[in-house]
Amino acid sequence: MGLTWTIVTLVIALGLAWRFLGSYMAAVFEGRVHFLGWAERPVYRLLGTSPDQEQTWKRYAGALIVFSALSIALTYVIIRIQGSLPLNPQHLGAVPPALSFNTAASFVTNTNWQNYGGETTMSYFSQMGALTVQQFVTPAVGIAVAIAVVRGFSRRNSPTIGNFWVDITRCLLYVLLPIAFVAGIIFVGQGAVQTLAGPVHIRNALNGVTQTIPRGPIGFMEAIKQLGTNGGGFLNANSATPFENPTGLTNWLSIFLVLCIPFSLTYTFGKMVGSVRHGAALLAAMVIIFGIWVGGTTIAEHQQNPAVAAAGVHANVGNTVGKEVRFGDTSTALFGAASTSTSTGSADASYDSFTPMGGFFLITGMMLGEVTPGGVGSGLYTILIYAIIAVFIGGLMIGRTPEYLGKKIQAKEVKLAGLGALVMPIAVLVLTAIAVSIHAGRAGPLNAGPHGFTEILYALTSQGNNNGSAFAGLTGNTAFYNVVGGIDMLIGRFGIMVPAIALGGVLAAKNVVPESLGTFRTDNGMFVGLVIGVIVIIGGLTFFPAVSLGPIVEQLSHGKFF
Amino acid sequence: MTATATAPEPTQPEPPTGGRGVATARGLFDGEILRQALLDSVVKLNPATQVRNPVMFVVLVGSVITFIEAIAHPGVFTWSITIWLFLTVLFANFAEAMAEGRGKAQADTLRKMRSETEARRLLPDGTEELVPAATLAKGDLVVCEPGDLIPSDGEITEGIASVDESAITGESAPVIRESGGDRSAVTGGTKVLSDRIVVRITAERGQTFIDRMITLVEGANRQKTPNEIALTILLAVLTIVFLPVVVALQPFGRYAGASVSVVVLVALLVCLIPTTIGALLSAIGIAGMDRLVQRNVLAMSGRAVEAAGDVQTLLLDKTGTITLGNRMASEFVPVGGHTEEEVASAAQLASLADETPEGRSIVVLAKERFDIRERRLEGDHQFIPFSATTRMSGLDVDGRRIRKGAAESVKRWAAEQEGTVPPDLDGIVERISRVGSTPLVVADGPDVLGVIELKDVVKQGIREKFDEMRQMGIRTVMITGDNPLTAAAIAQEAGVDDYLAEATPEAKMSLIRTEQEGGKLVAMTGDGTNDAPALAQADVGVAMNTGTMAAKEAGNMVDLDSNPTKLIDVVEIGKQLLITRGSLTTFSIANDVAKYFAIIPALFVATYPQLNALNIMKLHSPQSAVLSAVIFNALVIVALIPLALRGVKFRAAGSASILRRNVFIYGLGGIIVPFAFIKLIDLVLVALHAY
Repeated sequence: MGLTWTIVTLVIALGLAWRFLGSYMAAVFEGRVHFLGWAERPVYRLLGTSPDQEQTWKRYAGALIVFSALSIALTYVIIRIQGSLPLNPQHLGAVPPALSFNTAASFVTNTNWQNYGGETTMSYFSQMGALTVQQFVTPAVGIAVAIAVVRGFSRRNSPTIGNFWVDITRCLLYVLLPIAFVAGIIFVGQGAVQTLAGPVHIRNALNGVTQTIPRGPIGFMEAIKQLGTNGGGFLNANSATPFENPTGLTNWLSIFLVLCIPFSLTYTFGKMVGSVRHGAALLAAMVIIFGIWVGGTTIAEHQQNPAVAAAGVHANVGNTVGKEVRFGDTSTALFGAASTSTSTGSADASYDSFTPMGGFFLITGMMLGEVTPGGVGSGLYTILIYAIIAVFIGGLMIGRTPEYLGKKIQAKEVKLAGLGALVMPIAVLVLTAIAVSIHAGRAGPLNAGPHGFTEILYALTSQGNNNGSAFAGLTGNTAFYNVVGGIDMLIGRFGIMVPAIALGGVLAAKNVVPESLGTFRTDNGMFVGLVIGVIVIIGGLTFFPAVSLGPIVEQLSHGKFF
Repeated sequence: MTATATAPEPTQPEPPTGGRGVATARGLFDGEILRQALLDSVVKLNPATQVRNPVMFVVLVGSVITFIEAIAHPGVFTWSITIWLFLTVLFANFAEAMAEGRGKAQADTLRKMRSETEARRLLPDGTEELVPAATLAKGDLVVCEPGDLIPSDGEITEGIASVDESAITGESAPVIRESGGDRSAVTGGTKVLSDRIVVRITAERGQTFIDRMITLVEGANRQKTPNEIALTILLAVLTIVFLPVVVALQPFGRYAGASVSVVVLVALLVCLIPTTIGALLSAIGIAGMDRLVQRNVLAMSGRAVEAAGDVQTLLLDKTGTITLGNRMASEFVPVGGHTEEEVASAAQLASLADETPEGRSIVVLAKERFDIRERRLEGDHQFIPFSATTRMSGLDVDGRRIRKGAAESVKRWAAEQEGTVPPDLDGIVERISRVGSTPLVVADGPDVLGVIELKDVVKQGIREKFDEMRQMGIRTVMITGDNPLTAAAIAQEAGVDDYLAEATPEAKMSLIRTEQEGGKLVAMTGDGTNDAPALAQADVGVAMNTGTMAAKEAGNMVDLDSNPTKLIDVVEIGKQLLITRGSLTTFSIANDVAKYFAIIPALFVATYPQLNALNIMKLHSPQSAVLSAVIFNALVIVALIPLALRGVKFRAAGSASILRRNVFIYGLGGIIVPFAFIKLIDLVLVALHAY
């Protein structure tokens, strides 16, 4: 399938998802979908809650923190004691403490940064019972936070913003499980491996070498890996292997799954606040930036490898280093852009081998704060934070106390939005500064010079933005990178989530200012432009110096090695 | 003003052109203010003062760091950066001092006027004693006679006097103050011109109106407004986020093998944090209050000014705001076979002694229409003045008994003399009422001649004002004591969006409440005591200076000119204040792009010569690049001081067009302008052989 057809079919499929999945999710979170009530009610009884028990933002955030802390503890314990647990055909031992911390933090923050090779580290039980479970619940948590923020806009004079337990239960039952189930069947049908039978050993009669072929319950994990913008694969090589991503169709499906919920949530937002146009405006901002980044990555990867060109060889192909020939340069570039712009972080190629500008688009796609369209749920609540900043500056420029959907944006909102916007850049920059300053950090990168710097910066950017894609080249499984990365991921997730929930609570408590001709329009092209401006300017201003020392220097060096 | 809705307002001139009252005419850069401001900008360097402005405080700390560096490793470059960073702080202080200076000058004028005279206190036994004004307590009674300065704020309990209030309002025409009703308040420092009044003091020493005005214009305890606080937070966020961006460059540079100079990092930080808006923020706020004072409006808080920009519903009294307040004769309508001229002639006769504006307008109209001159009455005649019981006035002359008055009264009068009421009268009276005019019936003895139509004249240009308001998304509601029929007609003629007829204070109050519950901000004007609750409830309550003390206390602004139309100006000033802040913030952030392109290549070009490709301005050398950016950053503050003090140009338009315009000028302009000027400064530096 050519790139054109890939894109055309994706646009159609995503358009349909936006309209129908978006409105379906609105119905789910407004409590209008009940067909799985028989499964829903016992869960509430077990948790001692009910949809009528609404929570204030503090209770909501408290529930989220408790739930996430328990998730980290559970994941940590399971992979530490996997040797004593069933479903361990390879008899893999306990995962070391630092790596376990990093992995637990990684999967609970929806990052799925992997400082390990799955097939040689994790038992089937760990993969299914610890990691895949988190791949289901963390997107549910992300969506719950997004919905809580949306309720801040859709409610007026309300002390509460919903019930955390109800929201994640509904999200799992009505959204994630059904879609992942169908997608899993397609993956398995296309040839993704799904078995508990353990690895096979093949003896090559020609050279007498025995190969171990890892297998496992891969196919269904693959579905939620992509749908939940998780990105953590069963196998080390992630979506580059045929066992995870067997065909062009599954490659297409992966891209679709990664994008469908983050984009569709903008429709859900519009529907819930009573103005689909407002959702469409955010969608437009996401799509425009995403389009530019896809275009940029594709063009960069379609260029000849600059190192090859510098060596005086002129070939008529794009940069194929580190790519699967079956996907080709452009489709891989699309996959890469989709994966890094959505906080998924799965990979069907080695991103380390992208051209400098290709790498630039991957890393900056994350640096923009993962809002184009970003992770499941996190993309929406983060872009709402940027939208609030855009509304504030734009609103002042028309001479009114700024308001977004009738909610006045005042000191409290600016404080929370500002907090949400600055947590990530500060975490990434400070931790990168530490990493390049001390020996343990400098020992990590494979390459010297700007590429080595990019490897470190990429790793901490990826973790700070809960993306989880790896640039490779960096030896991450060290005590230093495990701990620093774990901290980075936790800050990047909860440092934004808590202010976002607070924002929802503060906004919900406010009255709505009726719209008039003097109201700052937040559903037209001008606003889309302002939101894009705020995203690009904030991302650009905070990361321009760092990026100029990495990919930009490399690009300007035209294939010269350091 | 419902209680006095039909009483003629003292005619007020249109908005002042400046140079009157507290609003002393001073140019934007008055020499005296300039000198004082230069001095103050150094005084403000005190860290305790400086820390209140977090952005500029960071610049001050930065300049101290480079200063230490310059002493340790002296060099032209280091010293130049240090000096320009200091100048950046001084420029910011200068902007604020300039804004404050204008207020201080006004306060001085007011202080001079605060009377230190003696007061004639009235004792219970009716005798007077002379006491210093400073010793007067609330509740004391004082006597004022022509030539006396009224010692303090109070209420007239006895008498009527004409008072010269020019010291406060700048209006030289004396105003009438009398006991009882809505014109009983007098202000300390004003002068009695005629008659004797007894005033009960209502303000404690130090809390008089003038004292409050002094505090306000000086901005002594100026509190940040809600939007200003929110913006300060955003600026703090932008400052905090750039701190790690810049500090991290040191280790990043070291990793790349570059040695990054602390001085350049400080320069970069100062260039990146929003110094432009940070420097001008408080000046903008002070200047906004000042602009109101220039228009003779005193806002009791900056919050009120800001709220004015957010107002969505404007309650306007009909009389004096929408209409001129005086009904004017516009038509003579004959009845029962009489001619128009007969009506005009009789009406003029009946109005000869009527000195009210209505009466004068009848005389004038008769002259205009039928060239009937004012007749000199000789011989036996008697004027019959208007009385509340007869509700008629007129003239008895040569046996004729001419009357004009309310329809019912004149009909009764005609009937008493066995005259007949022409059948077409009622229809005409009703038609006139329906269009919002007042019918006056004229009779000559038992003969009903016709009807005079007195029209409520809508102010010129008011319709256009309301159209502008509508474009800005503001709903105008006319408040009137008239009946719904009359109200509807005038509302339509004036082009207001809605009206409240037969308004009682309660109805007004509940209208405000309903609007506010719907999330709207409401502004209104008022002057009567019965307006006080509504003034207090409204988000922006502008009390007329001619009004009662109660009204002035309840509102959050006082209009010294007592011109209710000024509410519209107040709204515009409120909006302009926010627009200026927003636009300069956008400009400040947009500037950073060019500064990056100047400084980043300069920082690392020694290590990575490839990065010179980012030097798109082709600046001469790394040092000249950094210095040019710093100089631009400092000078742009000075360049924008006039804009901050004057405010961004505001025109009434829909939000979309205002936004487009400001994004274009300050957003796009903010990206492009620094590229040009940094290059220019670089060229100048090179030409001066600085580098």
